[in-house]
Amino acid sequence: MRYLTDRKRAEGFGSSRGGTDHHWRMIVSSILLVPLIPLFIFLAGSLIGGSYESVAECLSSPLAAIALGLSLTVIILHLMEEANEAIEDYVHGTAGKLSLIAVKAISYTLIVAGLFALAKLAL
Amino acid sequence: MVQLTLPKNSRMVAGKTWPKPEGAKNVRKFQIYRWNEEDGKNPSLDTYFVDMDTCGPMVLDALIKIKNEIDPTLTFRRSCREGICGSCAMNIDGINTLACIYGMDEIKGDVKIYPLPHMPVVRDLIPDLTHFYAQHASIMPWLETKTNRPAKEWKQSIEDRKKLDGLYECVMCASCSTSCPSYWWNGDRYLGPAALLHAYRWIIDSRDEATGERLDELEDPFKLYRCNTIMNCTNTCPKGLNPAEAIGSIKKMMLDRAV
Repeated sequence: MRYLTDRKRAEGFGSSRGGTDHHWRMIVSSILLVPLIPLFIFLAGSLIGGSYESVAECLSSPLAAIALGLSLTVIILHLMEEANEAIEDYVHGTAGKLSLIAVKAISYTLIVAGLFALAKLAL
Repeated sequence: MVQLTLPKNSRMVAGKTWPKPEGAKNVRKFQIYRWNEEDGKNPSLDTYFVDMDTCGPMVLDALIKIKNEIDPTLTFRRSCREGICGSCAMNIDGINTLACIYGMDEIKGDVKIYPLPHMPVVRDLIPDLTHFYAQHASIMPWLETKTNRPAKEWKQSIEDRKKLDGLYECVMCASCSTSCPSYWWNGDRYLGPAALLHAYRWIIDSRDEATGERLDELEDPFKLYRCNTIMNCTNTCPKGLNPAEAIGSIKKMMLDRAV
């Protein structure tokens, strides 16, 4: 039993003075994804079923390699932010914090691995 | 972790079916949520039959008729019976609304009535709105000024006054907040659409001099940014207001001062 007033419960720890930066990042990445998603589908789609040589030749073009690298990075960062939102919504306490760390670790690993693979094919 | 299943003592069981009114030709079936902490039983869905030829057109008319003529133990809040006090907010036919201004002709089939969702129940159709009201109080729902009080009054242009339209009409019935999934899962920290609509009403008021402080207090991943623009609040508001737009306007103001 805790003798807290209703107002005390509603106020909680007060405002953390945050959240706007996350909101802005989501707006920016959403805008960037408008041209990047069709570009990614077009580029990645044209490479499906191709031989190693044809894929390497396509990615030797700086434009194609940069476009794919950029798409990969922005898509994964956007997904990471969305996943963070979902975790904050539904998973609380220590499990929530561990989930946030895991999502961040997986996301950055995917980005680095993807960029490394692209670089290896392109160079 | 959010709780996805109800505890055993909160699960619905079959309720009592009350007899049909004798001699009535135009009868309508009502299924109403019943729960009383004092009897120690699980919540149930009681069935009532109402003679529509001797009943008013609104859902509240039927509830009052049931209470007066069939079952005096049925408990619900009501006062103004014209959509001003917000007392009779409940979930009718799957929609959070005010029983006094919701016509029974808008409902097809049986009328199913539950208390506002995802709130602790005091009894039958009465939700516990203590936390909801405390959240409203936390946004400082009053005019905050720093300039010395003018001799006559705080003036406001007609254009600035118009900005309050669609905001001041909120009657705090809690229909919007209790229809919001974000409020269901994080109602302890997320302020919810009703409190945020009221916050915006004071932020946008040209006479208020605490705009920055108000925005500071709202700038929080949970208090404000749990709103995911689901729009249930706007869809359900029995007064036809648009809390989602008000929340969007607060977010825009946050960006305007940060970016």
